[in-house]
Amino acid sequence: MLDLYSPGTSLLHRLSPAPKLLALMIGATLLFVNESLVLTVAALGTVLALFPAAQLTLRQAGQQVRPLLWIFILFFVLQWWLSGLELAAFVVLRLATLILLASLVTLTTRSSDMIDTMTAGLRFLKPFGVNPAKVGLAISLALRFIPVLAQITQDVREAQKARGLERSVIAVAMPVAIRAIKMADDISDAIESRGYRP
Amino acid sequence: MIDIRNVSLAYGERTVLHDVSLHLRERRIAIVGANGSGKSSFARLLNGLVLPTDGDVEVDGMNTRNKGKDIRQKVGFVFQNPDNQIVFPVVEEDLAFGMKNLGLPKATIAQKIDAVLARYDMTDLKEHPAHLLSGGQKQLLAISGVLVMDPAYIVMDEPTTLLDLRNKRRVARAISDLEQTVILVTHDLDLISDFDRVIVFDEGRVIADDTPQAAIPLYVARMT
Repeated sequence: MLDLYSPGTSLLHRLSPAPKLLALMIGATLLFVNESLVLTVAALGTVLALFPAAQLTLRQAGQQVRPLLWIFILFFVLQWWLSGLELAAFVVLRLATLILLASLVTLTTRSSDMIDTMTAGLRFLKPFGVNPAKVGLAISLALRFIPVLAQITQDVREAQKARGLERSVIAVAMPVAIRAIKMADDISDAIESRGYRP
Repeated sequence: MIDIRNVSLAYGERTVLHDVSLHLRERRIAIVGANGSGKSSFARLLNGLVLPTDGDVEVDGMNTRNKGKDIRQKVGFVFQNPDNQIVFPVVEEDLAFGMKNLGLPKATIAQKIDAVLARYDMTDLKEHPAHLLSGGQKQLLAISGVLVMDPAYIVMDEPTTLLDLRNKRRVARAISDLEQTVILVTHDLDLISDFDRVIVFDEGRVIADDTPQAAIPLYVARMT
């Protein structure tokens, strides 16, 4: 399951989204500019230390990277084979640090605050025909429906497994796509019903 | 009052409602009918989500053809699957969505959120991720999201269909406590036994329009 905001009263929770997003951008850039394994390990340690400081557990930190474990393993093996052990560790640790840093922001920021900030930040695109409020709503819907779509996929996969079709990509993808399209119609009606005026 | 005058509705070649005329003025009105009888399409006509192919729907004198947005403020809509109605990832944010659309001040929004959550004993779920709520809690959140917009009418499209018995009872209690006029589309006949009026649809036509005591046995006989 996808957990986004984790309620709390820490300094990171109280901080407005803009400085957190700015820090995330700077942190991500520095991580990719940096070429030292030692500094990457230090950055990972610092980010992990920020979890308890933000009233979050290390278990929550683990939950953020667990879904990507197979990708980490794949990257590690490939890099080890192509460039050696040190570079493999460097690449995987850098990626894990970046994900944990981004998770710190999402776990301590309400999505509505984040979207309001992004919407305000996108105002400069208005003269080019971009509607920041629509972009904000689209981001919100994406965040809201990732777990819903994951649940639908799981339901369909179980149903197809019961029919011996668990290995068929089409047998899973088609019902999920049809349900998603039907759901999109209802969501559009629901948004309209709740007074949304683009 | 909601006036439906000679309304027909077609999706392409398929006509789902045939020349329906009704005046809805009672406080509790139930719409029943078999699957595909046109009752959900009828419900969507009431707040202008769907416009009639022929005829008119008027809510307190406003026609859905040209006052759709104003009507949607007056007529709240609760969908069968709350997952399709909850737009924001966190309970509090979702409740705020409709009120933000109405342009209400922040303080009023916060006050109304606290009040509606207290009403349904969900105050501790204020900052809870919406996708982690139970089915009943999700449906109560969907109802709350409509209530905070202060509608005069609430249309509900099978709100208890996906719920277990305990949650069904919880939502039924919530519906019965609503001050607003409720137009409820349902298959759950227990839910509507004390309603003022039951309208039975069959193949896009009204075949009965009476008290529950008269209309429900007729509907049951037709279905068996």
